[in-house]
Amino acid sequence: MSTRGQGEANRSMDYESYEHDVLVIGAGGAGLRAAIEASSAGVSVGLVCKSLLGKAHTVMAEGGMAAALANVDDRDDWKVHFADTMRGGQYLNNWRMAELHAQEAPARARELEAWGAVFDRTKDGRILQRNFGGHKYPRLAHVGDRTGLEMIRTLQDHGIHQGIDVHMECTIVELLKDGDRVVGAFGYDRERGRFQLFSARAVVLASGGIGRAFKVTSNSWEYTGDGHALAYRAGADLMDMEFVQFHPTGMVWPPSVRGILVTEGVRGEGGVLRNSNGKRFMFEDIPDLYLSSTADDEEEGWRYTQGDKNSRRPPELLTRDHVARCIVREIKEGRGSPHQGVFLDIAWIKERLPNGAEHIKKKLPSMYHQFKQLAGIDITEEPMEVGPTTHYVMGGIRVDPDSQMSTVPGLFAAGECAAGLHGANRLGGNSLSDLLVFGQRAGQYAASFAKEQGAASINQGQVEEVARQALEPFERGEGNVEGPYQVQFDLQDMMQAQVGIVRTEGDIQKAIDEFPTLRSRADRVGVQGNREYNAGWHTALDLRNLLMVAEAVARSAILRRESRGAHFREDYLQKDAEQGKLNTVVRLDSSGEMQVKQEALPPVRGDLQEIIEDNK
Amino acid sequence: MTSATFRIWRGNAKGGKFQDYTTEVSEGMVVLDAVHQVQAEQANDLAVRWNCKAGKCGSCSAEVNGSPKLMCMTRLSSLPLDKPVTIEPMQAFPSIRDLVTDVSWNYQVKKEIQPFSPREPDSADGTWRMEQYDVERVQEFRKCIECFLCQDVCHVLRDHRLHGEFIGPRFFVYSAALEMHPLDTVDRTTELANDHGVGYCNITKCCTKVCPEEITITDNAIIPLKERVVDKMYDPLTKLLRMFRG
Ligand SMILES: Cc1cc2nc3c(=O)[nH]c(=O)nc-3n(C[C@H](O)[C@H](O)[C@H](O)COP(=O)(O)OP(=O)(O)OC[C@H]3O[C@@H](n4cnc5c(N)ncnc54)[C@H](O)[C@@H]3O)c2cc1C
Ligand code: SF4
Ligand code: SF4
Ligand code: FES
Repeated sequence: MSTRGQGEANRSMDYESYEHDVLVIGAGGAGLRAAIEASSAGVSVGLVCKSLLGKAHTVMAEGGMAAALANVDDRDDWKVHFADTMRGGQYLNNWRMAELHAQEAPARARELEAWGAVFDRTKDGRILQRNFGGHKYPRLAHVGDRTGLEMIRTLQDHGIHQGIDVHMECTIVELLKDGDRVVGAFGYDRERGRFQLFSARAVVLASGGIGRAFKVTSNSWEYTGDGHALAYRAGADLMDMEFVQFHPTGMVWPPSVRGILVTEGVRGEGGVLRNSNGKRFMFEDIPDLYLSSTADDEEEGWRYTQGDKNSRRPPELLTRDHVARCIVREIKEGRGSPHQGVFLDIAWIKERLPNGAEHIKKKLPSMYHQFKQLAGIDITEEPMEVGPTTHYVMGGIRVDPDSQMSTVPGLFAAGECAAGLHGANRLGGNSLSDLLVFGQRAGQYAASFAKEQGAASINQGQVEEVARQALEPFERGEGNVEGPYQVQFDLQDMMQAQVGIVRTEGDIQKAIDEFPTLRSRADRVGVQGNREYNAGWHTALDLRNLLMVAEAVARSAILRRESRGAHFREDYLQKDAEQGKLNTVVRLDSSGEMQVKQEALPPVRGDLQEIIEDNK
Repeated sequence: MTSATFRIWRGNAKGGKFQDYTTEVSEGMVVLDAVHQVQAEQANDLAVRWNCKAGKCGSCSAEVNGSPKLMCMTRLSSLPLDKPVTIEPMQAFPSIRDLVTDVSWNYQVKKEIQPFSPREPDSADGTWRMEQYDVERVQEFRKCIECFLCQDVCHVLRDHRLHGEFIGPRFFVYSAALEMHPLDTVDRTTELANDHGVGYCNITKCCTKVCPEEITITDNAIIPLKERVVDKMYDPLTKLLRMFRG
């Protein structure tokens, strides 16, 4: 410690206390929607988030929100959306969640409009919808390529008038339990580093994803899998953690922007993928499930992107897992672009559209800016260089499909941190709709759960233990100890190389063998300075969560001996019908070890199975 | 590999000073990358806000060589690297630590503006019809990422510190988005004039110049709001009517 005064302040275990009926952890689309719903059910609501309000990941979503509004193509309805979602998820989805999602998304989209959202319009003045990978009809309500901003701002601006107590820049480090039940959470405010205790009758996790476990990612520092780890340590089941979505198109150059997302909307508007020979390689490998719904030639693909209802989609709009692997193949086989990517060309549409350059700027304004400012490339003139980037986790907290309650009473989860809806692969646009549909449900059911509960008691012993652990990095201080960043970098390198897009038993095992070493390094990191807005301290605390979720991904991945959706095993190239009936479940066993096993999927209800068959 | 020096303000509300950090720089790096590199290698506890690293969230606002910028969108190649690059927090808001400022005032201001309230739906299924042409104006304002750089640069806040009487360009944009929303039914002109200080703006356009979203704040939002205020409050007929109504 540099001075005695600072040392004492660093060690203080004092905390501020707050009490809410429902505590929502996370203020992205899912958390905000849950908070609004719970509040309207008449209970008191607290909302905590690590960043400032309005800055959560949801703000970054670009392409749109899927909902079968049928504004652009009246053949669309919830059944087709349901079938598309199941096909995209390779039938590992929870069918009930897929059903509710498809049925309720349109109402949730319209509700946003009633709260002030301004979507792009059709010619007859309704919400415009665009094409996206895996969706049969134009289905994504959008605002240019900044749909997430529109969504989060609408929810935020509506939410601040609903009497919700917002605690910004506050990180939760542990959930608190009374017996079996979750009764609150403990954390610290980032600005001053003071501890905060929240007691609650129900807790909703809406904490987003885990992308920071990998080196190349479209995700921000927030995505350290906190919610997954909090739930796991509180005894909840996690499910399908092997399914991590690698988005096919991230930026690859310059190095400092590697991983930043290039929206699928580029391909939806007619952008094409080419290798270094100028070939549209996506036409060469079309999976059987999609043969009948994919364009025969470039001409038909182009017509589809321009709204021709009788044409089928170009192969660039196949599901993300497939497109990502085709790109990896091109690069591996030496047909990549100069910086280890492939070319994504939207400029070519100028051959087809008289005002092509203007059209691109109008439809994809933030992509235009992003490339212009960060890479010095004018996308209306030149192709972009793109490659896969870690984007989204389909796996997460196992929840009841109707109520979103986890396997622990009083603990709910919604949005990216929950599992089930997307199965083995998420369709683009199905996340934003997921946030609203299941955020709303989680809020509703958490509120009614809270109303039924008596007061719970906070276990002071647990609180003190959590606070003590959180301060340990300061105790180890500045001496001759490792800082948190190097451990984080090494973990990210390892996951990228060993548990990335293409997996084998040997590689995954190597990763699994590394965890004990990484964990003991993480347990010994020290941080300098004081508790005020100390990024080193925050990183040290997040490390524990990141390691936990990374290990869950690796251990689940080694168990699934097949290739399905986003999980691709070079040593098991085919789908396996038996494994296709199993979910992977991760839980903390009574001896404190991570237990991973496969459990049977609930069988699909008869009428829904018919819908799936009808849409095949 | 070349290196460059970054002169970063370190401190908190009680005070602080600039400190020089020299680090390696490579092609394509932005200011935020350099700050992160310094943080990882030399100053683990350096405080900085960021999220998206792509100009979408408005978290990483700071003053780079004296101009208000998003650090994630400011390429080092656009700056002279033969002398230190100064990086300091926004000046219009209180310091928390290093590059992080207390922007909570902005969140309070927003709460005081009357929220959106739509007219009755146009069709029986509860939906509305709006032409693309009619929403474009509002869509420009709704591009705002709440980086607060316009607030930082506006002299009414930065120099005159009239935070109590003036909501600043960001919230004129917000008010304009509501006022010009085709479905909205609320009239906010009275409070714009009386409580929100639209009159303090003397149209210097500094805010428009720094907006990373290229929103034409002054011409498209503030001037039309000023006109509405004039029409409503000073139009002789309206005035008469108001007197009449008491
Ligand atoms: C670049 C990009 C583009 C995308 N485009 C699309 C698209 O076009 N369509 C689509 O459907 N999906 C898209 N997605 C996916 C989608 O945006 C996300 O999956 C979704 O926004 C996640 O929302 P959420 O509410 O679950 O979590 P988030 O919006 O990420 O919010 C998580 C919240 O939890 C908080 N939090 C986390 N941990 C803690 C903790 N320990 N304590 C307190 N708070 C905590 C965070 O601060 C944050 O407020 C995109 C994603 C990215 C990255
Ligand atoms: S134009 Fe008005 S609001 Fe903008 S900076 Fe100048 S005085 Fe401030
Ligand atoms: S109007 Fe522009 S400068 Fe002001 S907060 Fe919004 S995006 Fe930032
Ligand atoms: S980090 Fe999001 S705008 Fe810079």
